[in-house]
Amino acid sequence: MVLFPSEEWIKRFKEEVNKNKEYEEAAKDWEGDFLFIITPDEGLDREYVFYVDLWHGKCRDAYMVPSRDAKKADFIFEGPYSNWKKLIRGELDPITGVMTRKFKLKGSLMKIMRYTKAASELVKTATRVPTEFK
Amino acid sequence: MWEITFPRTIVVGEGALSYLEQIKGQRALIITDKTIRSLGIADQVVRLLKQAGLEVQVFDGVEPEPSRRVVEQAVKVARDFGPDVIIGLGGGSCMDVAKAVFALYERPDLTLDEIVPLVELGLRKKAKLINIPTTSGTGADVTWAVVITDEAEELKMELASREIVADVAILDPRLPSSMPPRLTADTGLDALTHAIEAYASKWHNDFSDALALWAIRAIFTYLPRAYRNGSDMEAREKLHNAATMAGLAFSNSQIGAAHAMGHALGALFKIPHGRSVAVFLPYTIEYNARVAASRYAEIADALGLGGRASEEKARRLAEAVRQLLADVGEPLKVADLGISQADYEAKLEALVDRAMSSTGTVANPRELGRSDYARLFTYAYEGRHVDF
Repeated sequence: MVLFPSEEWIKRFKEEVNKNKEYEEAAKDWEGDFLFIITPDEGLDREYVFYVDLWHGKCRDAYMVPSRDAKKADFIFEGPYSNWKKLIRGELDPITGVMTRKFKLKGSLMKIMRYTKAASELVKTATRVPTEFK
Repeated sequence: MWEITFPRTIVVGEGALSYLEQIKGQRALIITDKTIRSLGIADQVVRLLKQAGLEVQVFDGVEPEPSRRVVEQAVKVARDFGPDVIIGLGGGSCMDVAKAVFALYERPDLTLDEIVPLVELGLRKKAKLINIPTTSGTGADVTWAVVITDEAEELKMELASREIVADVAILDPRLPSSMPPRLTADTGLDALTHAIEAYASKWHNDFSDALALWAIRAIFTYLPRAYRNGSDMEAREKLHNAATMAGLAFSNSQIGAAHAMGHALGALFKIPHGRSVAVFLPYTIEYNARVAASRYAEIADALGLGGRASEEKARRLAEAVRQLLADVGEPLKVADLGISQADYEAKLEALVDRAMSSTGTVANPRELGRSDYARLFTYAYEGRHVDF
């Protein structure tokens, strides 16, 4: 089991993304990197930030960064820990999450909405990481 | 949390156009097309606005499936004239151009691509927006979406912002009464597709459900009447209201795969919008019924179609849609649209690309990948019932 959020978790996530052929097909034209920001609630003591570089169906890199100001990215996807838990358990999809303001998105929502299948595959990938929560 | 967005005022019923006699403002820009102008409808609106004391200018350069170029021309007119009232008068094309012009006139720094949800545009500092539909209809009078064709990319740009919802929508049933039968059918079926997709969408809610269901029942009842007899004013009024309700429904829920596929087909083969989405509707009902049979069953119950299990009711709904298409002379398969198999297969990859990128895919009840879309496009071409 891998603790979320942690450096180990994001590294496992990257490995799983790069094994996911459905994701690779759905995101074959995608260019854009992300900051995933997990804000504290429900047992999480502080903010955690991941950098994830997605490029033409592959995850080129993924790691934890010390703060949200430490790295720039095309997209910022931010939400409280409680909603991230739902996302990783497959109980909430990211686009509905943004539309219902459970997550905040900086960056083009319209671009994201054109890659629904890719977004869905990323969530499925996350559910494949054997995760434990704080 | 879900936001429900409506215009501030919707004016309905025969004589609704006379609402314009009381509006406040200095200068009104009417955005319309040459057909509306030739029918004398634009003149009626001009007369009412002048009675209200406004100076009026008319831009009649809107074309069907409007392009960036047309929007840019209309924005220039707006910037030169400086209206404080912008009026979209006509079908969906005219109203979509009016919405785009409203945004770009208020924000000269914006580009079309920046009209996106969840980004504050800060509009309504210079003008208000009034939409007056003359078809029944696209629902563009009340939605926060705009569809503009990018001619270079052969793509329908699906833009959206809650701030571009009209301040006022005026639904005067005399206006669509001059529509010929083919246009009555095309636009009525667009409204039906909006309503059914809104009801089945993953993003459906109590508000969109209530509006969608009323609209679906009304369209099944009144579209055949209006198609056969354009002077049936009861049918015209109910259909006009239903189209707007369907617009409110999908605007506060979402469109689905029939629209995703219809937009793709329309962009690549120049098929009128209503016809291009409706042809896919029965097939997408069949496809989605694997996960959303109960939703379609509720629609079937509202229409009194009978049946027992949800799956059977969903099938009956798909057949009822096919029957309605036949009753109003619409094609039941893509092949009947005059597109050759060779041309269609040559563009299949491009059709799938566009459908995958459409907002209609986002909240479609059942997930769709490239291979699913490719099969759906093929089945719809051939007229085969969906069995996967």
